[in-house]
Parts: sequence; C-alpha cells; structure tokens
Amino acid sequence: MNTHADRRFFLRTWAAGAAAAALGWLQPVLALAAGWNKSAFQAGNIVGAIEFAGVAEALPSEDIVIKAPEIAENGAQVPVEILSNIPGTDQILIFSDKNVQPYVGLFEFKNGAEAFISTRIKMGDTSMLRAVVRANGKYYVRMREVKVTIGGCGT
Amino acid sequence: MTRPIRMRVRLDGDLAEIRALIDHPMETGLRKDSKTGELVPLHFIQNLTVSLNGKPVLETQWGQAIARNPYIQLRVRGARVDDEVSIEWLDNQGERGRASAKVPPPG
Repeated sequence: MNTHADRRFFLRTWAAGAAAAALGWLQPVLALAAGWNKSAFQAGNIVGAIEFAGVAEALPSEDIVIKAPEIAENGAQVPVEILSNIPGTDQILIFSDKNVQPYVGLFEFKNGAEAFISTRIKMGDTSMLRAVVRANGKYYVRMREVKVTIGGCGT
Repeated sequence: MTRPIRMRVRLDGDLAEIRALIDHPMETGLRKDSKTGELVPLHFIQNLTVSLNGKPVLETQWGQAIARNPYIQLRVRGARVDDEVSIEWLDNQGERGRASAKVPPPG
C-alpha cells in the first residue's frame, strides 16, 4: 500500500515518464560510505543514542530549520526537511526521541552539496524530532514536536 | 533481485536538485507477516551514497526508521548539464543497488 502511495506521489510530483533512471550495473561500483555506527543505531533510548553518536554536547541553535508536520496521521511516512544556516555545516543527524531505537540517520554533505536534506521517516509515537548538525567540528541541535496519530514502527 | 531507483534531477543555474525514490521494504524486524503471523526479519538500507561525476556529494548511515521506499531530496552546487548523478546503496543483508542519470538542461 505504501508502495502505491509512493508511486502516486512520484507521478504527481514529477511529470509522468520523467523518472527514468537507468540501472548502471556495468559501471564500476562506487565506494560506499565507510562505516555504520552500530552502538548509536542500536541504542534503546535517546540519551544513549546521542551519547554513542557523539552529539550529547550539542548547543541549541535557531539557525537549524526543521520542516515537519505538526500532526502526522501516518507515523510510517513522516516527511522531514532539515536545513542548516550555520556556515560550515557538513553533517545532519536525525533522531526521533521516543522511537524504540531513536537514531534515524546521518547525512554527510561533500563536494558542493548544500546542508539540506528532505526525507521521510518512521515515528513510533508523538515525540520530539531532534536535528543535530555538525559545523566546523562543533555540534548544534534544534528540536520540534511531531504528534503522531498512528505509530509507524510496527508497520 | 533488482530493486528500482527512480531519480529526477533539475538544474537551476549551477544548483542541481536531486530527488530519488528507492524501492526497498525497510523492515524494522517488528512487523508480523499477516499470513504466517511470523516476524518479518530486519531488512534495511544502512549506507547510501549520492555522487556527482563519481565524487560523493552525500554519504549516509541509516537506521531502520527511514521510511519504506526511502525518499531523498538534496541540492548540489557546481553541477552542469550532462553531469552524471549516481546513487548506490547497501543493506544489512548485503544486498546492493545502483542507478545513475544525467543532469538535464534547465527548464
């Protein structure tokens, strides 16, 4: 069902037929991002997750913009957009405080990518959404509550 | 098994806006199969890289809380018409996916 919803979204958002991306199996395989922070991803509460992710000391900043619905009816697909206006930002980390495993993901920007990401996440319950950014080696954080009508972690 | 990636790139000046929708179940390991009643095993993308002409512009580490059929949108400066955008991912079961597209002319 989600698949169909996504396809509809896709067709609505972009002109039909424009979304062709040829599979490139014949080309050399690119190096994937090294590593996966297992202890942070498997942490079962927000205190552990931010500790293992190394961002527990992040300073509050209003220069981080979080765009997310105030009320998310479907916790399985919560659109989240994060923009950092802090110069030198090269990483954005997302946490959903009340998820069974709160660390959602790390996005690292290089070679001309702007400090911006738009994606969709699962939220198990009404919770604070926490965006942490790294700029010139320092961490900053902004939070925003999202009310979730139907949780999306068992789906 | 090949899982499709749909990608759309839009160029405005030298800013490329890249959107992608990746076909992947992103199973949390908590969901029960409605027929068998058994838990569906954990199956999710852990690393995804977006590159422009072979140089990484976005490198990610993901947990299981990225939504099913992951969607990403990003913006990259310094892009030109006919540059190659590629996306590659690796999941916790060792499965991989890759796709690429050319930056189209603006408009």
